[in-house]
Amino acid sequence: MSDAWVVVLVVGVGTMLLKAVGPVGLAHRELPPRAERLLDLVAPAILAALVVTETFASGRSLVIDARLAGAGAAVLLVLARAPYWLIVICGALATAGVRALH
Amino acid sequence: MRRVKHTSINRAARVGIPVFPGAFAIGISFGVLARTEHFSSVAALVMSATTFAGSSQIAAVTLLGGGGTVAAAIVAALLLNSRYAPIGISVARAFQGRLPKRFVEAQLVVDESWALGNGDRSLILGIGAILWVLWVGGTAIGLALGSVIGDPSRYGIDGAFAALFVALLATQVGTRTRRTVAFLGAAIAAVLTPFTPAGVPIVVATAAVLVGWRRP
Repeated sequence: MSDAWVVVLVVGVGTMLLKAVGPVGLAHRELPPRAERLLDLVAPAILAALVVTETFASGRSLVIDARLAGAGAAVLLVLARAPYWLIVICGALATAGVRALH
Repeated sequence: MRRVKHTSINRAARVGIPVFPGAFAIGISFGVLARTEHFSSVAALVMSATTFAGSSQIAAVTLLGGGGTVAAAIVAALLLNSRYAPIGISVARAFQGRLPKRFVEAQLVVDESWALGNGDRSLILGIGAILWVLWVGGTAIGLALGSVIGDPSRYGIDGAFAALFVALLATQVGTRTRRTVAFLGAAIAAVLTPFTPAGVPIVVATAAVLVGWRRP
């Protein structure tokens, strides 16, 4: 089997299992109110972390590059209550624009 | 029953509109990338259909193509996807039925369907199913068009990712507690990035939820 196929199969099976942890392992279960409250906060925590890594992370370094223009445009458009699709398109355009200038 | 299903897919299509073009575009860029890194078309399509998680697929293919070892590619991709354990746990309440059904449905819980679905099972599954079709379809188009399209980063696809997560985050910070959690999560990710493999900072950032231990 080629290296590519080993990666495809192991990552595929591993990711499917990771996604199943919650819905398979914990479905139906009544959780204590405190646990429910904490789980409700997972979304802002993970999404904020993803904003940081998708904007600044390059391998193990934090860098400022054209992606910051995309994220900055997105912040402004969120504040202006722009529709969501417009935010994503402008994020790509701002990034591509800054990159083309360099 | 059919009617119900029909309405819920319509609703998912409406709520998910903002994230569909991005997923499709990133799917295309994954296809282009896989081709340039000498993945066979079948391998790339199987990866999109099973892994169904953009950043990890791009990381694995890039690492392997750049001369990295098989083990490095696998570990990097699985670390990037390890956030799906806490993500899945946070929506587990919404899933019912027999184990195989829950296993299949869990595959549709991805970043965008999870964030926009907000715990609503039919919305999560509807958006997730549409995203899956766009993702695998985009991969196929990228594989077919590979050489015509060229380097995807020219189109700012990586900046679209950043903008997407800004927009998704904005829907999640309605209260002071949630804003505090977001700030803390961002800070944890920034501090850990230089010291840990990619993916670890995102999972550790989940610890920010402990802010809610006392306050409602």
